Amino acid sequence: MSTEAAPLDGPVTPADTSPIVELAGLSVGYHQRGRTTLAVEEVDLAIAPGETVAVVGESGSGKTTTANAILGLLPSSGVITAGRIRIAGTDVTGAPDRVLRTFRGNVIGLVPQDPMVGLNPTMRIGGQIAEVVRRRGVDKRLVGAEVIEALERAGVDQPAVRARQYPNALSGGLRQRVLIAIAIAGHPRLIVADEPTSALDVTVQRRILDHLGGLVAETGASLLIITHDLGVAADRADRVVVMQRGRIVEQGEPAAILLRPREPYTRHLIAAAPALSHAGGVVPHFTDVTPAPEVLRLDGIGKDFRLPRTAGGERTFRALDDVTLSVRAGQTLGLVGESGSGKTTALRIAMGLEKPTQGRVHLDGVDITDAGWSQLRPLRRRFQLVHQNPYSSLDPRFTVAQTIAEPLVSFRVGDRASRAARVRELLDQVALPAAFADRKPAELSGGQRQRVAIARALALEPELVFLDEPVSALDVSVQEQILTLLLRLQADLGVGYLFISHDLAVVAQLAHHVAVLRGGRIVESGPAETILTAPAEEHTRELLGAVPGQRFAAELAAAPAAASHQTRQKGSGR
Amino acid sequence: MPRYLAGRVAQALLVLWAAYTVTFIILNVLPSDPITLQLSAGGADVSQLTPAQLHDLKAHYGLDDPIVVQYFHHLWRALHFDFGMSLTQNVSVGSLITDKLPSTIALTAVAIGVVLVLGLGIAFLATYVQWRPARVLLARLPAVGVSLPQFFVGLLLIQVFSFSLTWLPATGTHGWRSLVLPAITLGLPPSAMLAQLLTRSLNDTWREPYITTARAKGLSRWTIQVRHALRNASLPALTLLGVLVGYTVVNAVVVETVFSRNGIGQLAQQAVLGQDVPVVQAIVLIAAALFVVVNLLVDLLYSLLDPRVARAGRAA
Repeated sequence: MSTEAAPLDGPVTPADTSPIVELAGLSVGYHQRGRTTLAVEEVDLAIAPGETVAVVGESGSGKTTTANAILGLLPSSGVITAGRIRIAGTDVTGAPDRVLRTFRGNVIGLVPQDPMVGLNPTMRIGGQIAEVVRRRGVDKRLVGAEVIEALERAGVDQPAVRARQYPNALSGGLRQRVLIAIAIAGHPRLIVADEPTSALDVTVQRRILDHLGGLVAETGASLLIITHDLGVAADRADRVVVMQRGRIVEQGEPAAILLRPREPYTRHLIAAAPALSHAGGVVPHFTDVTPAPEVLRLDGIGKDFRLPRTAGGERTFRALDDVTLSVRAGQTLGLVGESGSGKTTALRIAMGLEKPTQGRVHLDGVDITDAGWSQLRPLRRRFQLVHQNPYSSLDPRFTVAQTIAEPLVSFRVGDRASRAARVRELLDQVALPAAFADRKPAELSGGQRQRVAIARALALEPELVFLDEPVSALDVSVQEQILTLLLRLQADLGVGYLFISHDLAVVAQLAHHVAVLRGGRIVESGPAETILTAPAEEHTRELLGAVPGQRFAAELAAAPAAASHQTRQKGSGR
Repeated sequence: MPRYLAGRVAQALLVLWAAYTVTFIILNVLPSDPITLQLSAGGADVSQLTPAQLHDLKAHYGLDDPIVVQYFHHLWRALHFDFGMSLTQNVSVGSLITDKLPSTIALTAVAIGVVLVLGLGIAFLATYVQWRPARVLLARLPAVGVSLPQFFVGLLLIQVFSFSLTWLPATGTHGWRSLVLPAITLGLPPSAMLAQLLTRSLNDTWREPYITTARAKGLSRWTIQVRHALRNASLPALTLLGVLVGYTVVNAVVVETVFSRNGIGQLAQQAVLGQDVPVVQAIVLIAAALFVVVNLLVDLLYSLLDPRVARAGRAA
């Protein structure tokens, strides 16, 4: 291919040794109601040609604001209050859009956060890439070929077919590859990847990050990764920059950051990353599992879905095939699989929201497979659900107290006074202050919302709670807090969990038993310890290998100093 | 796509049939004595007629048949675009309509043109211009347009452009010059509504993550507005446009009265006042047909603009 001819592939000219991006004492604030709140304070950061830098921090740390400032994509309320930004030697601080625009695409490319919404839904893939190609002044007749080449280099299969498709025909992983194709099509000298894979499965995440890293190495471009996961940062970067509340608190080589962290905040992030806190490995929390009675049993479940009519296509799709699972009282079953593996279908069948094509569902030994809505309703008190996305699972007009009390009202449990008392008790159990009772969801952070959702699920004292990816929309350190909370609640209340996740590192912290689902079939199941430490199946090993934070596993294991010095920052999180 | 299209056309025909049937029932079945009503509408004094004359007249208008036979008879003729004779004017309904329809079509077509140009233009500029005062002014303008009553706008335009400036005629149905003021009057309120919706929709679209992707490509504001924002933002506006076209046709009655234009609107007004049932029925059917056709076009355009709709339509 014409890779050799591409301008960015010749990074050996002397001018190129100077930084591509240089931030000097940069402070960025947001105007709101006449006041300016600083989101980024006095940040110094230079990115050299060919260097991969990872900026790590939680939401609100200013990492995305920094990235947007580099691209000149601050929202209209954003202002640079101090410092300078230089791109490729040119000072662009406060430059008008007209000037900044000349650097976007060709000098700095962006891989945005959420692939599901990052592409224009009404425009073909090829057209969206061609726009960037044309920015380089490529001859009209060659644009099509360059589009195909960009897709090919981004690792998209059948690039010629994909170019003619609309985004809605593509999976999340493929869309992320298309966004990478858009970023590289402009032959930029720096690619900014803003949480490029947070919305994706761990296995897809690994493949995408591997690919992005390979592309950068091949072309000599620099890469700036913005992430909340120190594991991802350490695995990929030449240099890790840790940000907290708008400031850089620590930076250095990943090995130094992981093995000899100086700042308590960095140690906190290490402790929060599931794999990092266990010396780079996936270590099951429960190794000794006592036998317990079965609460829920799925027996030989199969589920077929009818497909929309297509020429010569299959009429049905087998979402689940002979799936047998059991959740035991007071224990957790971790159901693991990639998107499309049938996790959600299994959950819907277990909850009675969907009827299986084959097989039986038993709750406490009672067959509920054919139970109708009215027969199922009294049973619903005994199993409850916590959703993946705490931003959409709470009614924005309900106060926290109303949300938590809703199941009680719905099942006519207690009177006004006893419900209020129960709300206070539940808030205390999920470690939220009693004063939160009168707040609306909009006033809460993601972690706090998820606590409210958990409190709501516990209101009726269920035997079983379904946890549908309850932490995957949250920051790593908030994830850890929620998982700790779930463990404590299980120990205190003896509730059983069916925990659904794509991330084995998260499952390891909670599960007594693990079942691995792929293509609607259980590939492996058993006690967590067996599955996680001695997996028999290749797919399980692949899932384990995809857990980020394993680059320095050996060093971390050899130097337990960092782990033993961990000072848990109690109360610093939300 | 052909399956989808066939389904939509069948639906459209069903709506037309329902509209015809409902008007037939309202006009022929509900009044206590439709025969007397229709005969007196025709100018005959029922009390002075002999039973034999009455019978002849009934036979002449086809009113002596059972109501079901009348219904199918009328439906069959309507299918051949034959709506019978007008009761107040001694001509066929068909010729009355073909006489008046062209001027009304011209008026509404130009008015819809005004709606598209003004609605799109104001929304486009209100979200494109970056100078704050202009942006605010353009964003507020539609609210003024929506709140002005149509007859008031018409009278104001006549006052200014006909009486004071004498640039354009105040009344009449002759030539394009007589079309300008009524078309603007008719098009102004709906174009304000369209501008209002489209402005908001464009502002929302500009906050979409794929616009950030487009900006990160280094595209100009103009390119992003035209190629990325407008198409996505126009989807909700398209649905409104379908409704607005119907609104424009209905309001042609008011505007044709204000500007004394000889059109369907005026005819409808006279027919209703004179209880000229066949004419009213034909006009209702034409309005329904127009509505159905416009909505069909909107749906087809929708699936053309948004690939997701086309897929869903095919899958359904």
